[in-house]
Amino acid sequence: MPVPTMFHSRTAKLCASYRWKDWAGFYAVCSYDTSHDPEYFAFRHSAGLIDVSPLCKYEVRGRDAAAFLSRVTVKNIAKLKVGQVTYLCWCDDDGKIVDDGTVSRLDEDFYRVTAAEPSLSWFERLRNGYQVTIEDSSHTLGALALQGPNSRAILAEVCDGDVGGLWFFRVLRCRLAGVEVWVSRTGYTGDLGYEIWVGEAGAERVWDALVEAGAAYGLLPAGLDALDVTRLEAGFIMNGVDYFGAPHCLTEGRKSSPYELNLGWTVQLDRPPFVGRAALEREKGRGPARTLVGLDVDWGELEEVFARYGLPPELSAGAWREGRPVYDEGGRWIGQATSGAWSPTLKKNLALAQLQSSHAAVGTTVRFEVTAEYRRHRVKATVARPPFFDPPRKRAK
Amino acid sequence: MSRRYDAVVVGGGHNGLICAAYLARAGRKVLVVERRHLLGGSAVTEELYPGFKFSVCSYVVSLFRPSIIRDLELPRHGMEILPLETAFTPLPGDRGLCRWADAERSRREISRFSARDAEIYPEFSLTMTRAAQLVRDVIDSPAPDPLSWDPRELLRLLRLGRKLRSGGSETMHLNLKLLTMSAVDFLDMWFESDVLKAPMSVSGIIGTYQGVRSPGTAYVLLHHYMGEIDGAFRSWGYSKGGTGGVSLACARAAEGFGAEIRTEATVERVQLRNGRATGVVLAGGEEIEARTVVSSCDPRLTFFGLVGEEHLDPEFTAQIQRYKLRGSSGKVNLAVDRLPRFFGREGSAHLRGDVAIAPGIDYLERAFDDAKYGAFSRRPYINVVIPSIMDPSVAPPGKHIISMFVQYAPYHLAEGAESWPDQREAFGDAVVETLAEYCPGLEESILFRQVLTPWDLEQEYGLTEGNIFQGELSLEQLLFQRPAAGWSRYRTPVRSLWMCGSGTHPGGGIMGAPGQLAAAALLRSGEL
Repeated sequence: MPVPTMFHSRTAKLCASYRWKDWAGFYAVCSYDTSHDPEYFAFRHSAGLIDVSPLCKYEVRGRDAAAFLSRVTVKNIAKLKVGQVTYLCWCDDDGKIVDDGTVSRLDEDFYRVTAAEPSLSWFERLRNGYQVTIEDSSHTLGALALQGPNSRAILAEVCDGDVGGLWFFRVLRCRLAGVEVWVSRTGYTGDLGYEIWVGEAGAERVWDALVEAGAAYGLLPAGLDALDVTRLEAGFIMNGVDYFGAPHCLTEGRKSSPYELNLGWTVQLDRPPFVGRAALEREKGRGPARTLVGLDVDWGELEEVFARYGLPPELSAGAWREGRPVYDEGGRWIGQATSGAWSPTLKKNLALAQLQSSHAAVGTTVRFEVTAEYRRHRVKATVARPPFFDPPRKRAK
Repeated sequence: MSRRYDAVVVGGGHNGLICAAYLARAGRKVLVVERRHLLGGSAVTEELYPGFKFSVCSYVVSLFRPSIIRDLELPRHGMEILPLETAFTPLPGDRGLCRWADAERSRREISRFSARDAEIYPEFSLTMTRAAQLVRDVIDSPAPDPLSWDPRELLRLLRLGRKLRSGGSETMHLNLKLLTMSAVDFLDMWFESDVLKAPMSVSGIIGTYQGVRSPGTAYVLLHHYMGEIDGAFRSWGYSKGGTGGVSLACARAAEGFGAEIRTEATVERVQLRNGRATGVVLAGGEEIEARTVVSSCDPRLTFFGLVGEEHLDPEFTAQIQRYKLRGSSGKVNLAVDRLPRFFGREGSAHLRGDVAIAPGIDYLERAFDDAKYGAFSRRPYINVVIPSIMDPSVAPPGKHIISMFVQYAPYHLAEGAESWPDQREAFGDAVVETLAEYCPGLEESILFRQVLTPWDLEQEYGLTEGNIFQGELSLEQLLFQRPAAGWSRYRTPVRSLWMCGSGTHPGGGIMGAPGQLAAAALLRSGEL
């Protein structure tokens, strides 16, 4: 049975659709209205406010915090400056990915890690020999994501910190409606956006202040359904959907390496040993067997397939995450699409897929399975490199 | 200095820019020349009042072809479309009727007026969607020509015929009715409630000089159901930052492919040599040479303004003279300091789409009565949108833009079209007074008002007789007769002169199809 987050008193009142789901043991809104469309467009055109408190959060403190995180994750955390955030992943000894998330350096010896899955025991078992404490703040620290082109203007109205001067992937401590919070310029929508980290005491006040200030800027409370479409447009992968954390995999074939997930850029090999380094070095040398790519499913062929039954193309209303096989032009299985969505902005039918590396070059034509009138068909799809949508405002100073 | 281009496109509206982008994408050397200081034609955003960005003329993006968005990668060039979510019909002193994306919610709303209509409504939508599938094919390809013996043409007709028949005799009968009946008669076959029928019927008269009871107006109802089968999913929407955003994205795409664009360059005439277009002459005398000239202006401006009657044969001249432009609508744009409040409705959820001031069929017919005798409607049909609700970037925080499409405002006033400047403000007053009957207190909230009459549309935007579609979308001048019988394929009787504007198939609105299809026809022709 899920439990409420610290914003539940607010979200529950607004969630007229009663559409909830269990996210990491918390109640999370799928969409406030019966359709998630307005919330999607709020993310892209005004601003959406989403409760992301169910994210797993860990406060890592101590003299060896940087050294410890550098050993656990694939990045050299010692290089991270105070006020900086970085995206990364961590692996097991075989170089297979365990989870992905962010590390923020909040102070000299104080870091915050976000993760998709509970990771305390994973961190704990690697902690020996380091002077660090790891506090699981998943239940004590609330998080709101304020995402969209107007998010900066809204925050500036309620925040006493220099939000306008906060760069992409930076974090600052400030007061929001009198409440001490951290504001980071991060998010899962691939748009201009911020995440606000707040303790339980002031959480509701922060929500109220954002909603009130946001009214003039078209702010809408948003749920996970809308977020899912934006994250696909942005090409962000999701643990448990596009890959599985190694500790949860029954078979070797289910595990993935960072290189296979296109996260090779996060892996910093040229430094003291860290968990998985040897295996990752070997893999980098020979190249990954599979590669995560974007797929742009050909609209013309999709229409033709449905037209055979006298139907217009039927697409799922939101993002989908039931895997679908992908074939090469000769009909040979070459991998799977793991999630996808119709992009209302790009007017394209998009998917993320893990394909054999031989078929992963941008522009390669593959065959994507679709079901029309209960029958299976294969339509053309073109390999693309995510992000599909990457507006300049995301990084703009 | 004269440089030789493969094509010079006259007019930097969205169709001209799309045509140029496709030509440039195919490696052709293209120049677009625009008379005004900014691009967009009628799809233009202008900051008329500090902080308020108005979609001055065209205000919603209708049926914009998704294939163009993909081909030209328009989102990369800044184009983002927000779909309209609701259709609201306010009533004076009553909470009116709002139709929502949520079917059950719509059913409850319609039930207030007729429980029977509420149940039939989804059935009607399904039937119309079926019929609209045919129209979709027609819009995405050059107009089928039933008089041609070209085997390719016959094959297309055969395919279309087969599709028509595959829908069953019921769909065929339905299509026949749609082509011949009035919007009201057609809706009467389904519905009883005036409050539901009135706002639905108006889509049949937008931009025409006809009433909702005029025969042939039913056909355009179909366009409203096309979005469903379009892959665009509710393809009626706002362009982020105003409709000019569409044009600017098209312009950037065109430039990305290597096209050149010049503003404040007025084309005075098309240069002809031995009956062949060889370029254009700009005001000031500059000559621009090109292998082809593509005009995105309306047919009358193109042939009588840029070519000259003396170069055309009389039969064609007569057709273009008879081509019905006769603009019938105006635009009133307001900047307001607060959200307008309608009777019995709080908040803004019901305003996230369009608002139709169309409280009944008789009201609409009476509005037409005024126009028949050369006056603007004292109580007009108004299509109101408040784009700043969903796209706050167009107005300062908390303030709003009210954009009103107003019909009827006939170009030919009884006192003559030139008397429009004298009647402009009275027309604006009538519109504001009308809306105020549905949202009290409106007048006090107005910060700025712009009134555009058909006369203004002609003078400032080059739309002959102020017709927003560059020619009425009435059946006799659609398809293979648009703009003239035998000249529906973007070619003209003048060699090397082509057309790509809304005056060509499939017609007006921010659809982009004329520009796209014209470019394809020109590239196929071998002239380039």
